[in-house]
Amino acid sequence: MNPTRKRRLAIVVSVVVAAVVAVGLIVFALQRNMNYLFTPSQVQEGQATQYPTFRLGGMVKAGSIQRAADSLKVSFIVVDDAGAMPVEYTGILPDLFRDNQSVIATGRMDSGRFIASEVLAKHDENYMPKELKDAMAKAHENRKIDDKAMKDPQP
Amino acid sequence: MANWVPLWLHRLGSPPVFYRFAGAVRPWALGLALVLAGVALYGGLFVAPADYQQGDAYRIIFVHVPSAWMSLFIYGAMAVAAFVGLVWRIKIAEVVAMESAPVGAAFTFITLVTGSLWGKPMWGTWWTWDARLTSELVLLFIYLGVIGLYHSFEDRRQGARAASFLVLVGAVNVPIVHFSVNWWNTLHQGSTVRLLGPSHIEASMLWPLLTMMAATKLYYIASLFARVRADLIASESGKGWVRELLAHRDGSGA
Repeated sequence: MNPTRKRRLAIVVSVVVAAVVAVGLIVFALQRNMNYLFTPSQVQEGQATQYPTFRLGGMVKAGSIQRAADSLKVSFIVVDDAGAMPVEYTGILPDLFRDNQSVIATGRMDSGRFIASEVLAKHDENYMPKELKDAMAKAHENRKIDDKAMKDPQP
Repeated sequence: MANWVPLWLHRLGSPPVFYRFAGAVRPWALGLALVLAGVALYGGLFVAPADYQQGDAYRIIFVHVPSAWMSLFIYGAMAVAAFVGLVWRIKIAEVVAMESAPVGAAFTFITLVTGSLWGKPMWGTWWTWDARLTSELVLLFIYLGVIGLYHSFEDRRQGARAASFLVLVGAVNVPIVHFSVNWWNTLHQGSTVRLLGPSHIEASMLWPLLTMMAATKLYYIASLFARVRADLIASESGKGWVRELLAHRDGSGA
């Protein structure tokens, strides 16, 4: 490599390294501060108290969905490993909303209940035919596949 | 050039040689891409079974995921070419980097649109500012910035040099897009297909996905080579080889 190319290489590499360091620091900072959602146990620990509105993420507790007879009002309980949070929502729910489904609700706390203005369904990264899923569900009768979707992979 | 660089690679750096090489490869790449895309779409839309959870709606995966892979893959290829172009000032590398940007931007746009169409019925929203979606949108903006910067210079090579720096700085976004689903709590689910370890998709659904991936890669080659040829003809229009080419135009055309 001749001196000109060496000099260019040094400039290019230092620009890239500077960019990586800058963005790396931003990402590191955001990782500690930027939360897309809080889980019920995090909310119960009081981590979300500083936010007037936030997102609550967890799994819909089986059998907890109650629909009002005369309106679109729905109430259900969102659970995670260690906590549970009652949620109220008025509106149309996504197709995937059902028992044991991971959901992300946006809203605010009101006297121990979470009043959602939007409910989104989160699905997992597994794709398989229905027959296979049924066979697997039979194999692990006590272990729902949706458990995996609820736990976000931690770094 | 150093001795360890193979002679054929060295020769490929010459515009007329690359022009002929690209012209010979392009029809094959395009033809194979169309055939594979047809096979993949048939396999994905008709042969693959419906998903246990999303039913038939998941089938948009066969367009969404290969496009998303390409949006990152093309950025990687563009960054390598930009790096080579910046350090060694090889004209072909600069042209390849600059002509990759519109193709990558198109794939990024397709990714965002199909993701949005998929998100509405499944998640319940067209758009949300979660880390994966936001970083992919930033990727689109970087692509558009590269295209814009390149074309804002009177001198093409000067434009390519400036835009190449932007490409390299913007490259830090690529791992962010890829790992965003692991680093943050997101609405977007984690990776389904993995290079290391088992994939989370059944074999009957996986093969159309991988076939489409091959088709999009070949389409990128075909599209890139066509763009590079047009760029070379324009920027070398005064050179002897282009004049010779035009003189023999009524021949084979290549």
